[in-house]
Amino acid sequence: MLKLLARPNLATGGAIVLIAILVAVFAPLIAPHDPITDANLMFAETAPDADFLMGTDEQGRDIFSRIVYGARIALTIGLLVELMNTIIGVALGVSAGYFGGWWDEFVQGLTNVMLAVPTIVFALALMAVLGPGILSLLIALGMTDWAYSCRISRAQVLTMKSRPFVQAARTMGYGPVHIMARELLPNIAGPLVVVATMGIGSAIMAEASLSFLGLGVVPPAPSWGSMLARAREQLIVAPWVAVFPGLAIFFTVLGFNLLGDGLRDLLDPQGRSKR
Amino acid sequence: MSDDVLRIEDLTIALRVEGRDHPAVEGVNLTIGRGEVVGLVGESGCGKSLTALSVAGLLTAPMHVSNGRILIEGQDVARLSNRSLRSLRGDRIAMIFQEPMTALNPLMTIGDQIGEMFVLHRGLGARAARKAAIAALDRVQVPGAARRVDDYPHQLSGGMRQRVMIAIALACDPALLIADEPTTALDVTIQAEIIDLILELCREQGTAVLMISHDLGLVARICNRVAVMYAGHLIEEQAAERIFLSPHHPYTRGLVGALPRLGRRLTEGQAALTEIPGTVPAILDYGAGCRFAPRCTRVMAHCAAATPETTQLPQGGRIRCFLHD
Amino acid sequence: MALVLLRRLLQAVVTVAVVITLVFLIFSVIPGDYVSSLMAEKRSLDPAVAERIAAELHLNDPVPLRLGQYLVGILHGDLGLSFATQQPVTEMLGGRIWASFKLACAAMACAIVTGLPLGYIAAARQNRWIDGLAMVFAVSGLSVPGFWFGLLLMYVFSLQLGWLPTFGYGQGGIEHLILPALTLGIAPMALLARTTRAAVLETKTADFIRTARSKGMSEGRLVRKHLARNAFMLILTMIGLQFGSMMGGSVVIESLFAWPGVGSLLIQSVGLRDIPVVQGCILVIVLFFLIVNTLVDVAYLLIDPRIRYK
Repeated sequence: MLKLLARPNLATGGAIVLIAILVAVFAPLIAPHDPITDANLMFAETAPDADFLMGTDEQGRDIFSRIVYGARIALTIGLLVELMNTIIGVALGVSAGYFGGWWDEFVQGLTNVMLAVPTIVFALALMAVLGPGILSLLIALGMTDWAYSCRISRAQVLTMKSRPFVQAARTMGYGPVHIMARELLPNIAGPLVVVATMGIGSAIMAEASLSFLGLGVVPPAPSWGSMLARAREQLIVAPWVAVFPGLAIFFTVLGFNLLGDGLRDLLDPQGRSKR
Repeated sequence: MSDDVLRIEDLTIALRVEGRDHPAVEGVNLTIGRGEVVGLVGESGCGKSLTALSVAGLLTAPMHVSNGRILIEGQDVARLSNRSLRSLRGDRIAMIFQEPMTALNPLMTIGDQIGEMFVLHRGLGARAARKAAIAALDRVQVPGAARRVDDYPHQLSGGMRQRVMIAIALACDPALLIADEPTTALDVTIQAEIIDLILELCREQGTAVLMISHDLGLVARICNRVAVMYAGHLIEEQAAERIFLSPHHPYTRGLVGALPRLGRRLTEGQAALTEIPGTVPAILDYGAGCRFAPRCTRVMAHCAAATPETTQLPQGGRIRCFLHD
Repeated sequence: MALVLLRRLLQAVVTVAVVITLVFLIFSVIPGDYVSSLMAEKRSLDPAVAERIAAELHLNDPVPLRLGQYLVGILHGDLGLSFATQQPVTEMLGGRIWASFKLACAAMACAIVTGLPLGYIAAARQNRWIDGLAMVFAVSGLSVPGFWFGLLLMYVFSLQLGWLPTFGYGQGGIEHLILPALTLGIAPMALLARTTRAAVLETKTADFIRTARSKGMSEGRLVRKHLARNAFMLILTMIGLQFGSMMGGSVVIESLFAWPGVGSLLIQSVGLRDIPVVQGCILVIVLFFLIVNTLVDVAYLLIDPRIRYK
């Protein structure tokens, strides 16, 4: 416990992420109202009070309850998207580093392409084709932000593959798949966890951005991003509509970023590897 | 004013960890006269580089001088203002480092880096500084100095870079040159060249040299006096020619025994070179008692209990060992 | 040196070609095109009319043929016609590129003038309270959703204080530029602060800094002549990457502030499935990224002797 206090990044980040997960899991117990059906125009745009802790939106729905349920959407999408990205990135990066040759050239070229187009732009293009919705979001975001994990796993494998334990596995007659999955992967997992942790944060941010543009989660589902979509028009009369969902995004992403920083410090106390 | 170029009195350098000081160098006394060449020898981690850096005022946190005085040409360094300390540094004391590959600024021409000395300490303008830099390069025998002056460090070999470092260090005819393992990182074939160059130039301009090395053989060959450090203590100091013939401290004996010597005949069953078993303790593990005791072949009961004081040797020199109390 | 540059240019051309092809394929292979989205919008659209529109837009031609024609067009500076307005795409992009470029420059300027000093101060006072504060600030800047930050700025500076216009381009004056630039600049600012801190810390402990110190120069000269340039070498790449991705990274901010740039055009066209325009926008975004990063490479060639003489 004391050790944790000496690592404020890890402790704060971990605490925020833990809270976010708990809120998502126990959403029905925490939220006082139903996030979708409890709409009552009588209470539209009520300022925060004892009943509506964070006020209501233009349809009279409780913003607090919507934020609580929104955690489920944000975390689910964040985790799944980053899982997809990591799998793609690691598969490409590890195999490129291991095999080298034309496959490596090809993967690196593809990585350069992905880096040249901002993730949000690529995702936008895909969303346009797939149409809005959670499934489309998963595909659009899960296939476009793997460049970092790819680069890192490739670089790690390059430094790793001439090590004795890899040579030993090879002389023992293990095939490339076994060596990559059983020998290399466990040894490069550390930096990948750091990248993936921060990646969850970016995925949550990307989901929020797309939903804000009306191209992500379809209303009335309570996505933090889509809750902000119409906030600009109500900024004068109901600023709380804008404030609270944004705070939720901010703290959740901050939590994952701090956690990632903390994990990196833990794995690499001298701070030699920087992103 | 004394004629000593450098006088170190009871110097203690401490490592600060979590608000507590752990001495890394303790109670070191050393004097260097004008034009003298003094060697400081010891294994890595014994505090010889720290001592050198403290003299040049280059210690960085968490290392700091916690006790003692450093006098350069009679002036107490601790009492000088930042400004006068700066004008002392580079002008009166200069330093050469171990790593010529990284010790030069990669983005500046070597001419600019040498010329900077003349700009700082002689007030020269850019054009005059460049001229002086070419002359300095010439002096350290860099061929084609006028052409090379506009080269960047990465265009030079390790030996050439070390020559540039020497040119920088000796640019302003300092009273003391501190050479911290100047040839360790170099190719064996050019080590002697560089050492000879340093000695020759320093003799010419009467610069005293503090030669730091782990190589007792080298130091004994080129120096007037040799001081040996072990685990932060200065344990023996003698004239160079004597330290080979009659090393007193068991550690120094070990060092001498570990040296290969020409003409030494090997008898059957005798190891060619002896070595000192064990390793140097870490700073945080320094305890009471003689720090060499755990590795000493002639250790006595009270060695582990108290630290021996420094005593004078009858034939000149000093030693820190109970065998010579 | 010229060879390095040539290789880079070739890489860039290949990247552009791949991106165009990829986007083209995404839009062609996956079902759902402009006409079907029109039909979804206007239920009454006669299938025969739809067929005629599709034929007019050459949507029934085989994909490789259309791709080939499109690529040949690009080489002639022709990006095709918008499905929705029948306007040449190049014409639609023209003025918007300038607006986006202006915004990107302003945002980058904000990021540099705040991020660099922040990172430097943090490094100079490493592990002191000001370092901690600066880094908390930086990680917050990385975590704040840009469009929400923009909303807050809008609320405070436009609605409450009334100092600045809420959104729009106005006559292109600076008052319309400030809020979007601040919003767009916050994340790069945070990233630059972190990079600068790391770069200065790394440079500060370099051997040549110790050499410089042994020469007896003032701290000011040490920083100016030895530390700053070497640290900047490590930061420049990050500046390039950030600036390069700004043309595309600004889509959300442009749409929040109704900024008439490439990003907001992209979003409009995505909604309409106006594929030629979408492709034109993505082309501009990618080109901008590649041009900026090539310029950064050139800058390294000019200022880093280690590369210059290779």
